[in-house]
Amino acid sequence: MNVELTASLSPAVFVPAPSAFDLDVAFGITVAIKVAFILALFLVVPLVVGYMEHKAMGRLQHRRGPVAAGPFGTLQLVADGIKFIQKEDVIPAAADRKVFALAPGLALVPAILVFLVLPFGPGVWAVDLELGLFYALAISSVSVLGVMMGGWASANKFSLIGGLRAGAQLIAYELPLILAAIAVAVQAGTLSLVGIVEAQATFTLPGTDLNLWFVFPQILGFVIFFLASLAELSRPPFDMPIADSELVFGYMTEYTGIKFAMYLLTEYAGMVSMSALMVVLYLGGWQLLPGVGLPGCEGAGGMFDCGWLGAIGGVVITLAKILILTFIMVWARVAYPRLREDQLQRLSWLVLVPLSLINLAVIAIAKVVVF
Amino acid sequence: MTGHDVVFLLVALTTAGAGIMTVTSKNLVHAALFLALTLTGSAAVFLVLAADFVALAQLLVNVGAVAVLFLFGLMLTRAPIGREALDGQHRGLAIGVSGGLFVLLSVLIIGAFGGEGVREVTGPGVNEIGIALFAQWVLPFEVLSMLLLAALIGAIVLARRSPGESGTEAEPTHIELSGDPSTEAERRPELTAGGER
Repeated sequence: MNVELTASLSPAVFVPAPSAFDLDVAFGITVAIKVAFILALFLVVPLVVGYMEHKAMGRLQHRRGPVAAGPFGTLQLVADGIKFIQKEDVIPAAADRKVFALAPGLALVPAILVFLVLPFGPGVWAVDLELGLFYALAISSVSVLGVMMGGWASANKFSLIGGLRAGAQLIAYELPLILAAIAVAVQAGTLSLVGIVEAQATFTLPGTDLNLWFVFPQILGFVIFFLASLAELSRPPFDMPIADSELVFGYMTEYTGIKFAMYLLTEYAGMVSMSALMVVLYLGGWQLLPGVGLPGCEGAGGMFDCGWLGAIGGVVITLAKILILTFIMVWARVAYPRLREDQLQRLSWLVLVPLSLINLAVIAIAKVVVF
Repeated sequence: MTGHDVVFLLVALTTAGAGIMTVTSKNLVHAALFLALTLTGSAAVFLVLAADFVALAQLLVNVGAVAVLFLFGLMLTRAPIGREALDGQHRGLAIGVSGGLFVLLSVLIIGAFGGEGVREVTGPGVNEIGIALFAQWVLPFEVLSMLLLAALIGAIVLARRSPGESGTEAEPTHIELSGDPSTEAERRPELTAGGER
């Protein structure tokens, strides 16, 4: 029995899909190109999202948003960045200087590291880790430490309460986030993010040829993941840690200049990486529509082994999906009032956690019986 | 000495240093932060040993959850900002316990693996770990889950103890902001002494 069982379940050895940056040159050059790729993504895409937020919030509130800096105000955030660098670096007299200085960096570094595994198009990723999804969730859970350190080290009660709220909130919403992601991993049968995209490209409704993204069987999981990621990022309406009407600016109250900018960048990079995760987990990665492959691609479902045209098309599609998701995040910020602390905890523990457990159970049973 | 050894040495020195700082720090929050660094270091040791699943699980559970809960508890209850002299009343006991554990583990590990030579390690894939856990070792796994569940429920029961059931109830703390009586009527009794005006 035992032999038979292990034989029938014997795992396929994971072979990472090669990245387009795996060149046949020195190892060091390949690594340098990958680092440049990640840093470019990390520094550019959040800026675009930030500009979109300025403009979209402005329009939704019957304003025009930034108009002065550059054409249509596109250089507003660049100007902001220059301003942040010039500002005086104020450290409160009672603050714990070392922890205070270290905290924004500790929040920022995990936000960069998550980009390591995100696939943006056919071949356009730095590494295809076997544990990609698990890696992304584990690394992003470390950011909380930076937030709590900043809250404590500021020696300011508003900051301390903000840090406490951030800690409580991030622990509460990490659970539904991970449980929703597990359901996707169960359905795809892999933890590799590239593998999940491939599984979606080849997943068909049982009994038909209809290609479906995971958002259709797992619409519940998608909603849970979206809400939990909003809360993980402390975005409104889940922005209790920085509730400006009661806490000034929460854990960021005492931060100025470039350190404040690092916290802001962490938030926008988090929006991008969480949206990218949602695109990969639920929205078919770089597939334009379910069942539609990219031009010039031959691999699984017309999604892999592409030429340059297909690769660029894939990246454009992924980035467009990320922009749409971040726009919905901005929309939610403008549309809904902030949840009270007790409502926020209640929503996670009494609604999202049970629902995500049900979602996981249903998907696990369906995986065995139907799919 | 290969690159592997150099990386291991760096990770091990950082971890050990952070461990020493954890117990010698005079500030509670600093100690908790060094504990987080120590736990990260132990995750990195697993990574060096090509056990990436265990490393990430360490990071997610120990750093992302345990260390954060630790800091949360400290900040909620006693987070002195600035220096605070810690009371080391159990120093001798702590040295005894940790020394004893060190000797015990060293003897056991050297006894079990002392004869083995250095080998290249390639960690098992996460598929193999999953199948081993849920096919071969499913009973111990389930028993452990039950144990954790029992601990969880126990913690909730202890925390939810309603007043008067057991233990002693703490006196509510009265906060007096100043020596002055706080209402107009108390401060100037002559105004109301004559009854309704």
